[in-house]
Amino acid sequence: MTATAERPPEAHVTDPRNIVEVDDLKVHFPIRSGIFKSVQGSVKAVDGVTFDVRRGEILGLVGESGCGKSTIGRAMIRLREPTGGHVYFDGTDLGGLGNEALRKMRRRMQIIFQDPYGSLDPRMTVGSIVSEPLDTHGLAKGQAKRDRVAELLALVGLDPNYVQRYPHEFSGGQRQRIGVARALAVEPEFIVCDEPISALDVSIQAQVLNLLGDLRKRLGLTYLFVAHDLSVVKHISDRVAVMYLGKIVEIGPPDQLYSVPGHPYTRALLSAVPVPDPTAERKRKRVILKGDVPSPVNPPSGCRFHTRCWLYERLGQPENCRTDDPELTVLEGEHRAACHYSAEAQKTDVGVAHIDDRPVRHGTPDAALAYLAAEKVEDPAAIDATDSARLEAPIVVEAGIDEEDPRTETPTA
Amino acid sequence: MSAAEVPTVIELSPEDVRREQLERTEVRPAGQKADVLLKVSGLSTHFFTPDGVIQAVDDVSFELGYGETLGLVGESGCGKSVTALSIARLVPDPPGQIVAGEIVFDGIDVLKLSQEDVRKLRGSEIGFIFQDPLTSLNPTLTIGYQIGEAIREHMGLSQKAARERVVDLLSKVGIPRAADRLNDYPFQFSGGMRQRVMIAIALSCDPKLILADEPTTALDVTIQAQILELIAKLADEFHTAVLMITHDLGIAAGMCDRVNVMYAGRIVETATIDELFDDPRMPYAWGLLDSLPRIDDVKGERLRTIEGLPPLLIKPPDACRFHPRCIYEREICREDEPELTRRGSDSHYARCWATEPDGWIP
Repeated sequence: MTATAERPPEAHVTDPRNIVEVDDLKVHFPIRSGIFKSVQGSVKAVDGVTFDVRRGEILGLVGESGCGKSTIGRAMIRLREPTGGHVYFDGTDLGGLGNEALRKMRRRMQIIFQDPYGSLDPRMTVGSIVSEPLDTHGLAKGQAKRDRVAELLALVGLDPNYVQRYPHEFSGGQRQRIGVARALAVEPEFIVCDEPISALDVSIQAQVLNLLGDLRKRLGLTYLFVAHDLSVVKHISDRVAVMYLGKIVEIGPPDQLYSVPGHPYTRALLSAVPVPDPTAERKRKRVILKGDVPSPVNPPSGCRFHTRCWLYERLGQPENCRTDDPELTVLEGEHRAACHYSAEAQKTDVGVAHIDDRPVRHGTPDAALAYLAAEKVEDPAAIDATDSARLEAPIVVEAGIDEEDPRTETPTA
Repeated sequence: MSAAEVPTVIELSPEDVRREQLERTEVRPAGQKADVLLKVSGLSTHFFTPDGVIQAVDDVSFELGYGETLGLVGESGCGKSVTALSIARLVPDPPGQIVAGEIVFDGIDVLKLSQEDVRKLRGSEIGFIFQDPLTSLNPTLTIGYQIGEAIREHMGLSQKAARERVVDLLSKVGIPRAADRLNDYPFQFSGGMRQRVMIAIALSCDPKLILADEPTTALDVTIQAQILELIAKLADEFHTAVLMITHDLGIAAGMCDRVNVMYAGRIVETATIDELFDDPRMPYAWGLLDSLPRIDDVKGERLRTIEGLPPLLIKPPDACRFHPRCIYEREICREDEPELTRRGSDSHYARCWATEPDGWIP
């Protein structure tokens, strides 16, 4: 993958197994100041990133705010113009497309935004929000369009009779479902989910997460799942990429990345994630990273993480960390990390001491599960089955998961 | 600025000042010894809106010991923040009003204090850390001034002594070159640094209680870890009790000694941290624990969810408030609201018909 970066773009050979290939992508935002607005430097939000997304997979992209993860998501569907590098969607270089060709291509890639409050036009009805993409791409008219909207609403678990309502009548979780329905309207193959559940309450997060998982299976979608929450990303992703200051520092399947992380930053992140289990919390070996993320205007020389790296300190501040920017190198199979000393990092249990292989999840007790199984024949598996049965049959009014709740103006206490 | 410019000459130790203040507030019933720092009983805080009365907090009772960290866990709108605001008498009135209950803080009946006395109590005995450090700091005043405000106001230190204390506090909360940063403004600090400043303000008068309302929700995970570590360390060092309000069960698991789970204005379960996580006794708590993706989970398992939404708190029915979302509900749940009753140990209480000793899921 790193080898392709050096080749001229015409010679880029895409792998048909990949739906998107990102090649040395750079997105810099110029900083202008003074009366003539001369460029004083640039924020290197994404600074040379190469990876690909396979058909049908969920690639999780995690990192702290300002690391460039959302910018990558937007640049991948060309909502942001890259400063350098290429994005190939199904073999086509998006950068080389004209407006019309790009618009056609956009039918195949969509985005779901974080903020279910800000991303829906408050003056449009749900029906027009969901049908807008159908109009833009001229996909359906009249009755066909109305049927399609109803089908989409049912698909995301909303009552199709809600078409005449406005976004303010819905709760956060329901609005996010509207956003999902709108993204699905044009039957895309690839969806960028940009922090789709961060703004939602815990119990609603799980509902939306399950919905995204179901839709992926049912419609054969591919997601780039951008999030800051490592637990959520682990739960949903087939592969995970960790970003720091505009670069991918580690990428790999979750079982490897979360159990033997090869980058000290990944370990620091994992050590910081609270685990809802007091026993695990007591076992935690926390790495407290010093200070804040450095400015992406002048990223540190060499490895960008060395200014906050615990391993760098532990190894006696080796010089190459300050001078050479490490490339992503293979640790094992598909697991790659960009650290000169990933072997040393993997020898420790820093950051993973509290992550048990076989966690005991004390949620619903056995007695309660037994009760459900015996009394109501509505054990969780059965509930799941009815859930998906609802999804199979679109125009059933019973569809809603949080339906029957037009009274959504939950008082904020 | 006037407060800063008037030099205070009385040199009293903080303890003297506090004692004096407590003597002045003559509401402490004679002979009452305070074993518990904070005792909230039957607290109800309602909001009187044009749409009706929102019963944001309804008959909430709990105790908090000296130096203890108690979690108040629940989703948005469950009343956890309003509980904290009520304790400090900061509920916006109108529309909010504490309509019933008693709050005894360190032997003082908070609800009977005059506005002036409650202000003193807030400054010197109760510290706050709010969710959003950007909006809770005044952008037009220097960091040094804002931290020093409560110290000058409540501790009666001289200008110089107050300044020294500010520098000391700033370095305690981990701000490098503290003395050089006194004249900086909030915008010159990052989110994590601002939250450190908030903590310094909260600690400025050696409070006995810190109300931490989602203190790390606006922060990144690594910065969150720094801040939580700092709060835990300082609470330990100053022997300060912390009321930790959070929606994150992981934070509660790492920080708290005991937890109250709130739902729709009520406490639905109260337990030590281990009891809650090992053997929760309320379907809402089960649902919360089941619906969290965990970093130590096996990938791909479908999460169990709590269907539906929390109820509106205008005229809640006389029934279990969780029953519309509960998959274990029976007729009694729809007809009568369960009490918070004992489960197993003296520290474990839950509000659920099904898990009562004679319930259907004992």
